[in-house]
Amino acid sequence: MTPPDAGARQNAAIDGDAAVRFIVNGRPAAVAASPLTRLAQVLRDDLGLTGTKIGCDAGDCGACTVLLDGRQVCACLTPMGQVEGRSVETVEGLRQDGTLSKLQQAFLAHGAAQCGICTPGMLMSASDLLRRTARPSRAEVLDAIGGTLCRCTGYQKIIDAVLAAATSAGVDSPPVGQAVGARAIRVDGIAKVAGTESYGADAIPHDALWLRVVRSPHAHARFALGDLEAVRRAHPGLEQILTARDVPFNGFGIYPDIKDQPVLADGIVRYRGEAVLALVGTREVVMRLADEVLPIVWTMLPPITGVDEARAPGAALVQDDRPGNLLMEGGVRCGDVEAALANAEAVAEIAVETPFVEHAYIEPEAGWARRVGDRLEIHVTTQTPYMDRDEVASVMRLKPQQVRIVPTACGGGFGGKLDLSVQPLVALAAWRLGRPVACIYTRPESMAATTKRHPARIQARFAATVGERLTACDVDAVFDTGAYASWGPTVANRVPVHAMGPYRVPNMRSRGAAYFTHNPPSGAFRGFGVPQAAIAHEAAMDALAEQLGVDRLEFRHRNALRVGDRTATGQVLHHSAGLAACLEALRPRWRDSLRHVAAFNAQARKAATHRRRGIGIGCMWYGIGNTSMSNPSTMRVGLGRDGTLTLYNGAVDIGQGSNTIMIQIAADALGLPMAQFRLVAGDTDRTADAGKTSASRQTFVSGKAAELAGADLRRQILRLANAGTNAALALDAAVLTVSDGETVRRIDLAALAADPDGNVLVGKGTFDPPTTPLDADGQGVPYATYAFAAQTAEVEVDLELGTTKVLRIVAAHDVGRAINPMQVEGQIEGGIAQGLGLALMEEYLPGRTENLHDYLIPTAGDMPLIETILIEDGEPLGPSGAKGVGEPGLVPTAPAILGAIAHATGVRLTRVPVLPHRLRAALQAKPGDRP
Amino acid sequence: MGLYLRPRTIEEAVAALADSRFVVLAGGTDFYPARVGRALDENVVDITAVGALRGIHQDGDVWRIGATTTWRDVLDAPLPPLFDGLKLAAREVGGAQIQNAATVAGNLCNASPAADSVPVLMALDARLELRSAAGTRMLPIADFIRGNRRTAARPDELVSAILVPQRSARAATHFLKLGARRYLVISIAMAAGVIEADTAGRIVAAHIAIGACSEVAQRLPGLEQALLGRYLSDSQDAVEPQHFSALRPIDDVRASAAYRRDGAMTLTRRLLQELAARLVESHRDTA
Repeated sequence: MTPPDAGARQNAAIDGDAAVRFIVNGRPAAVAASPLTRLAQVLRDDLGLTGTKIGCDAGDCGACTVLLDGRQVCACLTPMGQVEGRSVETVEGLRQDGTLSKLQQAFLAHGAAQCGICTPGMLMSASDLLRRTARPSRAEVLDAIGGTLCRCTGYQKIIDAVLAAATSAGVDSPPVGQAVGARAIRVDGIAKVAGTESYGADAIPHDALWLRVVRSPHAHARFALGDLEAVRRAHPGLEQILTARDVPFNGFGIYPDIKDQPVLADGIVRYRGEAVLALVGTREVVMRLADEVLPIVWTMLPPITGVDEARAPGAALVQDDRPGNLLMEGGVRCGDVEAALANAEAVAEIAVETPFVEHAYIEPEAGWARRVGDRLEIHVTTQTPYMDRDEVASVMRLKPQQVRIVPTACGGGFGGKLDLSVQPLVALAAWRLGRPVACIYTRPESMAATTKRHPARIQARFAATVGERLTACDVDAVFDTGAYASWGPTVANRVPVHAMGPYRVPNMRSRGAAYFTHNPPSGAFRGFGVPQAAIAHEAAMDALAEQLGVDRLEFRHRNALRVGDRTATGQVLHHSAGLAACLEALRPRWRDSLRHVAAFNAQARKAATHRRRGIGIGCMWYGIGNTSMSNPSTMRVGLGRDGTLTLYNGAVDIGQGSNTIMIQIAADALGLPMAQFRLVAGDTDRTADAGKTSASRQTFVSGKAAELAGADLRRQILRLANAGTNAALALDAAVLTVSDGETVRRIDLAALAADPDGNVLVGKGTFDPPTTPLDADGQGVPYATYAFAAQTAEVEVDLELGTTKVLRIVAAHDVGRAINPMQVEGQIEGGIAQGLGLALMEEYLPGRTENLHDYLIPTAGDMPLIETILIEDGEPLGPSGAKGVGEPGLVPTAPAILGAIAHATGVRLTRVPVLPHRLRAALQAKPGDRP
Repeated sequence: MGLYLRPRTIEEAVAALADSRFVVLAGGTDFYPARVGRALDENVVDITAVGALRGIHQDGDVWRIGATTTWRDVLDAPLPPLFDGLKLAAREVGGAQIQNAATVAGNLCNASPAADSVPVLMALDARLELRSAAGTRMLPIADFIRGNRRTAARPDELVSAILVPQRSARAATHFLKLGARRYLVISIAMAAGVIEADTAGRIVAAHIAIGACSEVAQRLPGLEQALLGRYLSDSQDAVEPQHFSALRPIDDVRASAAYRRDGAMTLTRRLLQELAARLVESHRDTA
């Protein structure tokens, strides 16, 4: 056999005539595979070319894009029989003699890879174009990459990278002391653009058994199991069929006191897609065994399909011990809302409705486990290794120290990988069988089984009085939390705090309540309910501005929270409240756009055409970190005896770039260049707990810990060298040079005693943002700091078809300090794409949109031009003044788009998504000038 | 594991299909998505190695689109303006990856109500050539597609070509697709049309078809009749709601039935406007 790559696996053997012979990346290969086998599977499993990713197996995402005879195709739709004698090029073939191609370099330099799971496919789509057209137009780039989905970047930096590929130059790593603030390339970027990054499905041991989950086809049903042992005996290679009875402690959940979700359902299922059985055996056997063969007798029960049914008097209970199907409620009260409403000059009443939204990360859940003595080791794609460790230990009735989580690269999370998926199942099977066990969710399984954004119903009243001042806000938000609690309490708590929007509102009453239904569990999704609430407060701002006859931006500016103001929870903002600055930055562009839009529409009316333009604005605030709960991070920086400098980083990088900025921060705090850092990431045996990658907390909380760790190591070095605080450090192999003015001291690290990790000095930093609990009226300090932002959106609406094209978004974000402006822009652009999806197309319907062609997320062709303005109103608590930006990018987008549609058409929609038929119906129902 | 045959000739392919247990595979872009997470255990005849089935050729007064001709082949082929509508449809099918692999004939055989190829080919009066060991027969598209995912092809028959009659150089074709996003999107509604006008600018032939608004795409005979003899400049005024009364759109996750019907009318007006503009332009060029 001729392996196409040094990493090729040995089982890709020639098997006489059965072998398919073809060329891979210029070298001959022969693989014994069924001719119907998908090329994607052969590349990954037989040839070890795992740079080709599988996101859907249905041609809907483009992650598996390769070139077949020079043309891009989905390797998941290509039968091996058709590959015979042809040439296949994969991402691994782009790098020649170890040198990245111009296109790969451009991806690095532009920050075009975030999580990186779409990157190989995107590179191949672009390569197809660039070989034919070296200097393509933007439209040609869109046509070339339009079939490849990205959920992280919003496509802007990808498009920029492809356009610049012909001329791209490398980017130098920032020098000592200048890492913070630099547009540094990702420290894990080369692996992502080279296709060598290892995700949940990429490094499964060859001898692993496979686990397939049998899931409920019903939203609510009882079930009885027949003779499973007979099934097992009838299928050689099927090792075990796991049931609820096999799970030591059959309940998990985010909150320590709510472990309500079974690992495997016990006689009753509460949502379509719930796990019922786990088949463990050879991959071939568990994948071939059809659900229909299994002796499961279902008794269907009527499901509770939404919050109205859940709240109805006498409603059946989803969970027996949850009266009224209420998970929990939270609220904030201050001032006298009724009096303020009675005395108001203007009152806006808004009703908002939002659906389930799917995370749609391109990497489905995947991982594997093995038993090592009396310990379990789990390699998995996750946002939260320490919580996974504790949850798996709880389910398995082991001590947390007996479980090791080794996070793989994470191909997108957005909150969806904060809950357990494959972890307890592969752990249980590996523990019982003493063999490695792997599980990869299919796309439909990922969509049916895992958490979603909470559907929301929000009723809001906002009041303003003389002087265009907001005086009152009364918000009631009701959430469908699905069958199990997951992050429902977090949403029900966070939303009331944020419900007033980023404004001074002296009188406020807000309530958030989450109800159980027989829907998929609603969990964490970028913003924890705040994006839904923002639709309400921003619609109210527009309505009040209109009633008062003032400009929408100026009304917001007048009422913006500023330093010195008190929030509805009674917290005084002492620093870093940059909303007014964001609005001031937008103001000139806003006024220009208003003029342009008015001119366009005047022309359109005159010509009696069916297109109208509009501009809208959305503002937001977002508390960084957990709500009124401790959420510490600890970071360590080790200086090795051999001169290696290591950041032990427990904060999982899910694509947003924390690996890079932690090193930027630690490097400057220590005084050595970031290029000298090595990274140990996530592994619970090797890193300290840096908490979850959620709540936009990693830059602020873990970044601060990294800064403290770097500074701590620096202090230790200076003490050792007896040098002053301004001394310069230089590290050359095992010699550390400390220069303090004229005095130069060389420390031979090899001569010092090392700890078991090989480190002679270890700097450590821990940070837990200061907060206080909220009292019965929701009064307290829920967050140590808040991000602020404002975005404007310009849209063009087709009045006859009800379609909306977003033309341009300008995003001004107060991030405290941009540690890496390129990555900050990437977060904002990606957030905007998800906000655009929320506004215009995304709606998950259980059982009906469980794939990526019925569930639509934006493609490259849906994205507007985006201009980002970074406001740096420093937060003294944060590292170099930084706050967080992960979620804020998404929050103002949908409100801005909805406002723009209203501006263009005179119709205000508050039910999202604004699908064309909904907008058209609203336009037809509009009194007066019927389009 | 099923059988997998990859014949080189049409005769071999139809001989295999005489054993009716086979599924025909070409571009794979509908085959695999229907089998996510499932075993691939059917018996399959992969027709992509049959050289005679690929490509677009003019054969007398008929254009012949071979069964394995991909959408990319359509885009890359130097074709007369008669195929402008089909090329526009090609650009709207999936993304570039799908266009490179998927076949036009496969799109017909899949018989989705939202198939992008159907309205255009209906407007072009295309017929399908079906081959079997028993012989060859021709079917108009409207007779071939019988319903949602149902066709008139017998299990032993292979769709070997799409036949498009040649038309006067005065004919113009166009296609419009309405979806909720750009690229990779299943149509909410589609309109396709062929219009031919005389030198005075009067319509002498009109074929209009609407897709995704009924189980099978439909021509609009009432509208076609109403267009005959009209001047291009007022062709849009011929559009009346009753012309769309035979459509049976559904409510689904993509759109409401009412919207589809309404959208079909809008698309049709725009289609006629564009076709008129194009014909006026080409008449000016030839004048």
